[in-house]
Amino acid sequence: MSTNNWSPMILTLVTFVPLAGGLLLLLFPRRDRDIRVFSLVVSLLAFVLSLHLPVHLQRARAGFQYELDRQWIASPNIHYHMGVDGVSMWLVVLTTFLTPLCVLISWKSVRERVKEFFILLLILETALIGVFVSLDLFLFYFFWEATLIPMALLIGMYGHGRRVYAAVKFFLYTMIASVFMLAAILWLYTKTGTFDFVAIQTAIRTGQVEGFLGAAPWLFLGFFVAFAVKVPLFPLHTWLPDAHVEAPTAGSVLLAGVLLKMGTYGMLRFSLGLFPEQSRANASWIMVLALIGIIYGALVAMVQPNMKKLIAYSSISHLGFVVLGIFSFTQAGLDGATFVMLAHGVSTGALFMLAGILYERRHTYEIADFGGLATPMPAYASFFLFIVLASVGLPLLNGFVGEFLVLSGAFRSRAVYGILGATGVIWSACYLLWMYQRVFFGKVTHDINQALPDLDRRERIALWPTAVAALVMGVAPLLWLNAIDPSVHVALAPFAQLASRAVGR
Amino acid sequence: MNVTIQIVRTVPESVEYLRILPEIVLAVFGMIIMLLDPLMDERRSQKTLGSVALVGSLAAIAATLYQSQYPGVGFWNMVHVDTFSVFFHFLITTVTAVVILTSYEYMEVQQIRAGEYYGLILFGAMGMCLMSSAVELVLIFIALEISSISTYILVGFRRRAAISSEASVKYFLLGSFATAFFLYGVALMFGATGSTSITVIGDTFRSGAIPMLAYAGLALMFVGLGFKVAAAPFHIWTPDVYEGAPAPVVGFMSTAPKAAVFAVLLRIMFEADAPGRLWLIWITAAISMTLGNLGALVQDNVKRLLAYSSIAHAGYLLVAFAALPSNGIPAAMFYAASYAAMNVGAFAVVSHFAGAGERYVTLEDYAGMGRRSPLLAATLTIFLLSLIGIPITGGFFAKFYVFTAALQANLVGLVMIGVLNSAVGAYYYLRIIVMMYMHESRAEVPVSPVPIGLGTALVVSAAATIYLGTLPGRVLEYASRSASQLLR
Repeated sequence: MSTNNWSPMILTLVTFVPLAGGLLLLLFPRRDRDIRVFSLVVSLLAFVLSLHLPVHLQRARAGFQYELDRQWIASPNIHYHMGVDGVSMWLVVLTTFLTPLCVLISWKSVRERVKEFFILLLILETALIGVFVSLDLFLFYFFWEATLIPMALLIGMYGHGRRVYAAVKFFLYTMIASVFMLAAILWLYTKTGTFDFVAIQTAIRTGQVEGFLGAAPWLFLGFFVAFAVKVPLFPLHTWLPDAHVEAPTAGSVLLAGVLLKMGTYGMLRFSLGLFPEQSRANASWIMVLALIGIIYGALVAMVQPNMKKLIAYSSISHLGFVVLGIFSFTQAGLDGATFVMLAHGVSTGALFMLAGILYERRHTYEIADFGGLATPMPAYASFFLFIVLASVGLPLLNGFVGEFLVLSGAFRSRAVYGILGATGVIWSACYLLWMYQRVFFGKVTHDINQALPDLDRRERIALWPTAVAALVMGVAPLLWLNAIDPSVHVALAPFAQLASRAVGR
Repeated sequence: MNVTIQIVRTVPESVEYLRILPEIVLAVFGMIIMLLDPLMDERRSQKTLGSVALVGSLAAIAATLYQSQYPGVGFWNMVHVDTFSVFFHFLITTVTAVVILTSYEYMEVQQIRAGEYYGLILFGAMGMCLMSSAVELVLIFIALEISSISTYILVGFRRRAAISSEASVKYFLLGSFATAFFLYGVALMFGATGSTSITVIGDTFRSGAIPMLAYAGLALMFVGLGFKVAAAPFHIWTPDVYEGAPAPVVGFMSTAPKAAVFAVLLRIMFEADAPGRLWLIWITAAISMTLGNLGALVQDNVKRLLAYSSIAHAGYLLVAFAALPSNGIPAAMFYAASYAAMNVGAFAVVSHFAGAGERYVTLEDYAGMGRRSPLLAATLTIFLLSLIGIPITGGFFAKFYVFTAALQANLVGLVMIGVLNSAVGAYYYLRIIVMMYMHESRAEVPVSPVPIGLGTALVVSAAATIYLGTLPGRVLEYASRSASQLLR
């Protein structure tokens, strides 16, 4: 097949096209329009290239595909090892899907230091994709840390009021947490002599790692802390609302849409993949924290006077579902968790874009400053409603499928988890619809809102893809799930053995 | 047998002069500068003398490369040219060239008219080079003195500023004290083993007979050398001296002499297989990292901040000494190289921003530099990210190798202290970046264009930092080869 020649290179291409674009931008003269157009072209190119992945993926086959494994540094033994399975592939596509929309939504809102903005955005895209495609623990950590700087700079340079505080808080929280992961990775390397994910996994499963049993609980925690801060899991979530409220719109979209998924992806791939027994042993308190996150996030979201903060807390709640699904160790739970990651990326990304559009017009996120917006901005109101419904989990839209699967998985794990989790769905309907009612219904309460212009063409172009994706994902989830399912099956294989061993005793 | 050879052969062979060729080159160029200086018009001599010094340092680099083809011992087993010494020669001479490039503009802006400045830099570099190839404790002592006395004077070069003279005196007094410790240690070591040759001492230790006196000698030598690399608890002088000294000199003295002293330490600790080093190093490394980072957290003066950071980095580097030699030596060498690249670069930017009389060296003065001087700010950001230890910079791999080496020796506790420290360290470097990019600029801080000399210096250090961060393989391989030669 002709695709075979392509296959090993495609991940490298997808990963580094944005970076190459960013470096080319360095040479551009400061003509803002050209810079914007060029960034849009580059990010679209990355998106088109990434579509190669789902199109040519052999869905029945489990394991990693499009693999490329070259030695990067001989000593220590670091490889440039890339590859995707059904889970990480969709996260790559999610990233490339959201970035062009970020470019579009920042078209007018970023007026100063435009060049730097788009360079940072493209570097961030490369780093994010790199996290999802790395199969070498070192490479993974490399990209993981590399996401920090462009994101922190985006928040700190282009954010609102307390942007510096938010940027530093974001940086320190995630940086400090990830050094524990680095320590764990280094420990694994010194015992196995490799950073290769698959090789380490095999070594652990066959019991070839000396001193593993004693160290495993600590290693698990080292990885888990780094992931939990990124997700963020209650009570490590306090950086998120600050970061979101102060971040520019594009920053928020990528932060909520992709960056948080690095944490849940890490749990799925590394916590479960390398430490199944420890995951099993720690599952109960992790699931409790996830449930607290779901309910607490929702309740706090409900009382937020600030629209962006409300969406931020709703992210904490939704990501709680993902963690709940992952640590249910059921096929449905993990399928659902992965699907929620994607669905949340699309719909919350869209919500942040919508909030950003309003901010551009009124320079405020306060819900109380709006009211009756449906009259001056009908198209905006319908887009908003559609996305809110998708986010709430209306059947036939994308939010429903994932949450349903997660909850059914949680039920099977322990019924009370399912029941408590299910209340989260109700809460999310409450806070989102209540917010919608306050912003859009009734009479226009502030005169200044009378004359607000409706969506222009560029904004429509940015929003349509998210609405279409939300609908297609809701109507035909199998398109996604039939790639996710085999990979999840592989991830769960050791748990079936664990369970049968437990029964055997 | 050695004794007979010494008696028979009183004149060194000609190839032995090649083994001190870089030192000869540096000394000759230093003397040329001293001779030219009084003959020239004081107001116009700076550029010329600087250029002579630059040529001298480049010639020393060339001499090092040439010398690398003639490995072996020379001068009655006092110097040993091996890949190890070539590595440090190259490092020191390159740093010297970069510092000279940085100094052009600095000397002009500060209106320091003294040709001997460049001469002293070359003499100092000569001492440092000699330290890295000497395998004889007395010669090491002499080399250490050559390098130290040059730096004592260089520190006091901002003659109009009281703080600079204070720094010079402080550094001189404490430094002499520390050197005395080192000398006393050498004496005790001679008493314990009957030799001052590192090779012979190593043979004595390996044969199993380790007299108690050797421990005392080693500890005293470590105190003297620990002072020179600003390792805690011998670090007290560092912040004051770094604050007072001219910025390019700080860039010089925080990298080149440190690298040379670390080379000496590597030879003493590993080539001589010094006994009982583990806990000595463990404690020093742990408190250096911790005190350095905690001290840096509260600094508002960028030079003081980087001074504390250099204490912390000495601590990270010492972690490698606690590891097994086969991993520890290459890790330490790599760290020395990448620290030199990033720190010399950082101080080059600091000395440019400082302005006349070094008036603008507080954090607030850096506000808005990202907007007003985007290229310089971006370069400084690269160096700071490398100091934090962020991927694609040399600082990342440096920390990485050091911690891996320590883990391979099962030093989990020390690695945890180091890893936590590097997280704490991120905060204060980040403060500078935040200031540059996220705060409004202050109009009264002047921004001047970057002259070509400084530009070259920055390009070299930034390129080295990125190179070590993306393709560390070759340098590390070279360092590993040196390590295996050293251990043989």
